[in-house]
Amino acid sequence: MSRAVDFLVRTRGRGAPDWTDWFTWGYLILGFVLMFVPVAWLVLSSFKTEGALLEFPPTLLPYGPKTVAVGPDRKELPVFVVRRDDGSSQEMVELRRIGLVATMLPIGADPADDAKIVRVPIDRREPVREFRLATSNYTELVRKFDFVRYLWNSVFITVVATLITLLFNAMAAFALAKYRFRGRHTVFLVILATLMVPPTIVLVPNFLVVSQLGLLNSLWGVIWPAVATPTGVFLLRQYMLTIPDELIDAARMDHASEWRIFWRIVLPLSAPALAVLAIFSVMWRWNDFLWPLVVLSRSEKFTLQLALNAFQGDLVTQWNYLLAMTVVTMIPVTIVFAFLQKHITTGVASAGVK
Amino acid sequence: MARLELAKVGKAFGTTQVIHDVDLQIADGEFAVFVGPSGCGKSTLLRLICGLETATEGEIRIDGARVNDVPAADRGLAMVFQSYALYPHMTVRENMAFGLENLRTPQANIEAKVKGAAALLRLDQLLERRPTELSGGQRQRVAIGRAIVREPRIFLFDEPLSNLDAELRVSMRSEIIALHRRLATTMIYVTHDQVEAMTMADRIVVLRAGRVEQVGAPLDLYNAPANRFVAGFIGSPQMNFLPARVAEAHPNEIVVDVADGVRVALPMQGDGVAAGATVTLGVRPEHLVIGPGEPHSLAIVIDQVEQLGGHSLIHGRLRESDVRVSATVAGQARARPGDIAHASVPGALAHLFGEDGAAIPRNARA
Repeated sequence: MSRAVDFLVRTRGRGAPDWTDWFTWGYLILGFVLMFVPVAWLVLSSFKTEGALLEFPPTLLPYGPKTVAVGPDRKELPVFVVRRDDGSSQEMVELRRIGLVATMLPIGADPADDAKIVRVPIDRREPVREFRLATSNYTELVRKFDFVRYLWNSVFITVVATLITLLFNAMAAFALAKYRFRGRHTVFLVILATLMVPPTIVLVPNFLVVSQLGLLNSLWGVIWPAVATPTGVFLLRQYMLTIPDELIDAARMDHASEWRIFWRIVLPLSAPALAVLAIFSVMWRWNDFLWPLVVLSRSEKFTLQLALNAFQGDLVTQWNYLLAMTVVTMIPVTIVFAFLQKHITTGVASAGVK
Repeated sequence: MARLELAKVGKAFGTTQVIHDVDLQIADGEFAVFVGPSGCGKSTLLRLICGLETATEGEIRIDGARVNDVPAADRGLAMVFQSYALYPHMTVRENMAFGLENLRTPQANIEAKVKGAAALLRLDQLLERRPTELSGGQRQRVAIGRAIVREPRIFLFDEPLSNLDAELRVSMRSEIIALHRRLATTMIYVTHDQVEAMTMADRIVVLRAGRVEQVGAPLDLYNAPANRFVAGFIGSPQMNFLPARVAEAHPNEIVVDVADGVRVALPMQGDGVAAGATVTLGVRPEHLVIGPGEPHSLAIVIDQVEQLGGHSLIHGRLRESDVRVSATVAGQARARPGDIAHASVPGALAHLFGEDGAAIPRNARA
C-alpha cells in the first residue's frame, strides 16, 4: 500500500512537484476519463430497466421503483410518498389503483386492517425510487433469446480459430525462420505484402470461395479464411529468428524429427510470441463482425456480434438487452487481456511489431 | 568407438570454398584436436563430420563405411556445442533424456543411463533444475552428459570451454581428459586455443583457411613445425621470426646472416637452398640465450619486461629494425625498458623457413 502511495506521489526530481508532474497527471486523468467513462456508463446503463433508460434527464446510477413485501403472501408492492393536506408526507404502499384514486397503506400496517387503508388521488403521491440493479436484463437474455447459442458460436469460432492460427502460423514461421531454401525471402515478402491488401477487397473473392466450398452458414466458413494471418507469421518468424540455431542442431543430433524439433523445442521457446498472437487472434475473432455477417445468415449460427446487431431492429431496439449483451461480449476479451497483458508488452517489444 | 577417415573432403558455400581437400585419419579411441585461428574452417569441418553440413567433395568414412549421405542423427555421433545448446525449457534430466526418448528407448533404460551420466559428471543434485539455474561449468557438464547418455561412437566438442572463465577452463580441461581416459571413445575437439590443444590432444590437426597445415602429436608440432604458420601458432609466447639471408648452403649445414653481422650456423639440409636466398629464422623465446658479450649475439632494445616470478619475459625489438623479439629468461630479470640485451641463437634449436613459409628440413641425424 505504501509502495502504491510512494508511486503515486513520486515527482520528477526531488521535492515539490514540477509542472511536468501536473501535466502528466492531467493527461493521464484525461486519458483515463476518455477510456473508462464510456465503459462505466455502458455497464451502469446495462443494469437499468427499459423505462429508466429512456428517462430524461438520465441518472448516473440505475434506479428502480422501491417495493415492499406486504401481507401474508409477501407480495411486492410499490412504495409512494403521499402528501397530506396538512403538508406532511408519508411513505405508503399502493395496494391497488382504480382510475385516478389509489388505495394505499402505511408501511408496516396489516392490509387486513381496513382502518389503516387510505384512498389517495394519484396526483398527491410520488413514486419512491431506490438504487436497484435490473439484473433481469441479464437473466432474461438467457431466457428470452438464444443467448447461450450465440455465446457458444462465438466461443467456438474464437477458440478453434485461435488454435489453428497459432499452429499454422507457427509452422510457416518455423520454416521461414529456420530453413534455408531458395526463395524463402520471396515467400516471406509475399506473405507480408498481403498486409497491404485491404480486407474489403478480398471480401467478395473470399465469399465466392467459401460459398463454393459449401461453408456458408457454417462456423468453419468463418474460421478457415481467418486462420492464416501475415501479422502472425511475421511476429512468430521474427521471434523464432532469435532462437539459436545450435539448439536445433543439437535436437537434430538428438535424433529429433523435424516435427519433434518444432513441437518440443521451437514451440515452447516461442511461448511469449505465441501468447501475443493468441491475444490478437482472440480479439480479432471475438470482435469480428463483417466476415461473420457475410457468411452467417441463419440466426442459429449467429455470433454474439451478429446477435447484437440483430437486436437493433428496424422499429424497436431493446436497449436494456442490447447493453447487457454488449457488456457480456466485452468480458472475455477483457479477461484475456488482463491475464496476458504482461506477455503483450514483452512479446510485442521483443518481436518488434506494432 | 570408431575410426574416422576424411578423404579429399571439401566444402563450398555457394562459390566460397571453405574447406579444401582435407585428408585425415583419426584412430579409434584417439583424442584429436582441431586447432586454428577463427575462420579457419575447423568448426565447419566438425559440422561436416557430424552431418549438420554436407560435404561438397570427398568422402567421410566412419569405421570404413561412407556416411556422406547418412543424416546427422544416424551417424552415431554426439556433439557438445560451444553455447552448450541446452534446451532452456527442460530440466537437466529432460535435457539428457531427450535424445533417448527420440530413439524410443524404454523409460527404465533412460532413467538408468541418465543416472549413470549424472553420477559420472556429479550432476545428481541438479537433475530437476533448469539450465538457467546452473553455473557455466555445470551447464557444460550437462551438455557433456547429454552426449554421454547416447553412447556415441565419436564425441565431437565444438569449442566447449570458450565461454568459461580461466580457472574453470583449466579444471574442465582435466575433467574432459579424465572422461576420455574412462570412456576410451574417439573424441574430436575443436578449439582456437593452442594451450588447450597442447594439453589435451593425442594428436593435433592445425588448420588454416580450410586446409590442414600439419597433423601430429603436440610435441612433434612444437619441435618440428612443418611451416611458419604452425611454428607461430603452436607455443606460447610465440616463436620469434627473424628475417635472414643464406650466406652458405652446404648439404648438412646452412649458414645464415641475421642482423648486425650476426651469423648463425644451422644443422639443416642445404640442398634445395641457394646462397643469397631470403629465409626466416625461427627461434622460440625460451631458446634464445640472453647474456652480455656472447659472441654473435643480437642486440635487443627492451620495450617491456614481464615478471612472472619463476621466469621473466622480455619483449623488445632488434636494434635498428622493427622486428619484434621476445625471450624467456629464467629467474627474475633485472633489465628495464630501454636497456639493450644481447641474445644469441643456438643453431641446433632454431628453425628455418624458406620464402614459401615451409620449414627447411633438419639433418636426418639431428
